[in-house]
Amino acid sequence: MLSIKNLHAKIEDKEILRGIDLKVKPGEVHAIMGPNGSGKSTLASVLAGNEMFEVSEGEVQFNGKDILEMAPEDRAREGLFLSFQYPVEIPGVSMVNFLRTSINELRKYREEKPLSASEFLKLMREKKNLVDIDSDLTNRSVNEGFSGGEKKKNEIFQMAMLEPKLSILDETDSGLDIDALRVVANGVNKLKRPDNATVLITHYQRLLEYIVPDYVHVLYHGRIVKTGGKELAHELEANGYDWIKKEFGDK
Amino acid sequence: MDNVIKNIIGKDISLAELFDENRAAIESHSSSVLNSLRDEAFDAFQELGIPSNKVENYKYTNLQPLFSGDFTFSLKPETLTENLEDIFSCDVDTLDSITIYLVNGWYYTRNNPGVLPKGLVIGSMAQMAKENPDLIEKYYGTRAPHLSDGAVAFNTMFAQDGFFVHVPKGVAVERPIQIVNILMSEDALMTTQRNLVVMEDNSEARIMVCDHTLTTGKFVMNSVTEGYVGKDARLDLYNLQNQHNATTQVAGFYFEQHENSHLATNNLTLHAGVARNNIELKLAGSHAEGHAYGLYLLDKNQHVDNFSYIDHAVPDCFSDELFKGVLDDHSTGAFTGKIMVRPDAQKTNAYQSNNNLLLTNDAKMNTKPQLEIYADDVKCSHGATVGQIDEDAMFYLRTRGINKEEATILLMYAFAYEVIEKIKVEPLREQIRTLVEKRFRGELDKCHSCVVCGQKGTDVTCL
Repeated sequence: MLSIKNLHAKIEDKEILRGIDLKVKPGEVHAIMGPNGSGKSTLASVLAGNEMFEVSEGEVQFNGKDILEMAPEDRAREGLFLSFQYPVEIPGVSMVNFLRTSINELRKYREEKPLSASEFLKLMREKKNLVDIDSDLTNRSVNEGFSGGEKKKNEIFQMAMLEPKLSILDETDSGLDIDALRVVANGVNKLKRPDNATVLITHYQRLLEYIVPDYVHVLYHGRIVKTGGKELAHELEANGYDWIKKEFGDK
Repeated sequence: MDNVIKNIIGKDISLAELFDENRAAIESHSSSVLNSLRDEAFDAFQELGIPSNKVENYKYTNLQPLFSGDFTFSLKPETLTENLEDIFSCDVDTLDSITIYLVNGWYYTRNNPGVLPKGLVIGSMAQMAKENPDLIEKYYGTRAPHLSDGAVAFNTMFAQDGFFVHVPKGVAVERPIQIVNILMSEDALMTTQRNLVVMEDNSEARIMVCDHTLTTGKFVMNSVTEGYVGKDARLDLYNLQNQHNATTQVAGFYFEQHENSHLATNNLTLHAGVARNNIELKLAGSHAEGHAYGLYLLDKNQHVDNFSYIDHAVPDCFSDELFKGVLDDHSTGAFTGKIMVRPDAQKTNAYQSNNNLLLTNDAKMNTKPQLEIYADDVKCSHGATVGQIDEDAMFYLRTRGINKEEATILLMYAFAYEVIEKIKVEPLREQIRTLVEKRFRGELDKCHSCVVCGQKGTDVTCL
């Protein structure tokens, strides 16, 4: 589904990703862990198409298509979803208007008829329950005045609405209390299907107690330096990142 | 100072000479009330002339060249052979309103506003000034500064017609009053319009003034509206401007408010060539509340200049200003927010905000708060911003499958909505929402000639 080969990316003249290789197949859950500043969020941004970063080398195939040349909206239409670490507040754009535009853009791309107002509202009611999002929130502007937890729930709610093939969740656990974390993780688990995949980007092992990954990758200095099963996450939790830094620090 | 001298009515003539030559005819058709100020207005105009950018209050809009060139001047009422209803359809047509039309500043003779609520008078300024000179005299020329502002002096010299609205004591007009100003002419046309709104004590009304152009030629409109909002009275005044790029409009709104009154003005400039709005609210009775709002959406070479002046003349009043603009292409805008707090106007609350969204590097905005505070127990705040589309919000929307163009429209609309939300008449607010969205989608383009001249608008009709 996703195939990343030797991906290099920089911002201004600073190289942040220095040769990433990663393969994700349908039905899999991958966790990408690593210390602060290792390039985790950059990887998520680059995959989603943030133009602030310049890809200098490598290739990314998504469903057999080269997505590096695609605009962010086309990547989304192909079925890529990024849950933001810091969801953006957009005062004046209502959640309903935003989501309806979004869904119908995706449907248009797939040559499906746009949802009518009533179909849309029905779908929204259905998906709301999944992440236990307050009805009131969907009547407001996008993320405006939402608490940290509400913003993250809203990301998962959008994921539920848009039904992506590949979801990249960037630090979705950060800033969540244990109850919110459980709700968010539950939502992600319920959305899991044999034909979709999830990439979790996280600093802590905590989230992985609720969403069990098939693979854990350790990202350090812009490279994946270690890959293992879920037990690798436990090892990191127990020993921290120092041994990683020691082993790979000179590179 | 000599005034603008160009070809008007086929020969070179200054505006002052034009007035001098036609004065007898103008006066013979007009009420003594309107004639009573022509002398002093003429004297002032010869001194002041049409405002240039050397006049401090017109620093960002030089009207001089705009009031020059080949124009006919509308000195007599327009006689239309066709029915206006047949040639004009309003964009806000679903509104259940009391509607009247004016053509080139003149009250349309076949107006039929239907059955009016008891006591409400809506009609022609020329006619009312003849029929009820005492009422008009009480208010005429007492708010608009015809001695100090050249544009108002010019208007007062030539003043013949416009609309007149009188809401008597205690009357609440339920349906909105819609006044449709239409500009249409075979030749380039310069004209004036003089309006008066009188809200007696404890009355209530909502007035919507729509400005339209029906033909593609050049227009210069100089319009002055004076208004009185009596004790406990309430008025919402919306001005929806939707004129093509070859239109210059100077529109002055000069209001006085009495004790405990509530006035909200909202200048919505959807489309214009050059627009200069003067919005002056004098808070002359304690606990009066004045709200001045504005939204301007500009592209190509359009220019909009909102000049507001809130005069806190007595204690315990409240004022709130919010003006927002979206500027695209080579457009330019200006905002001046003058707030005067007179020495004894204690416990004044005055707020002002002007926010602008610039979509290109070529668009330009000048914004200037101007606070003069002579009392010591007041709360005043002002803020101005000029910024671009939020890149983070843009990226966020795009990662949800919304393309750049659509995301830009969403974000522009998001920026504008705060002003639109101030509109209290629900169906009107809905209509304005739709119009603003259409405008952002480029479906409300008035600059017909720009198909050939491109965005820079070098053709005369786009300047």
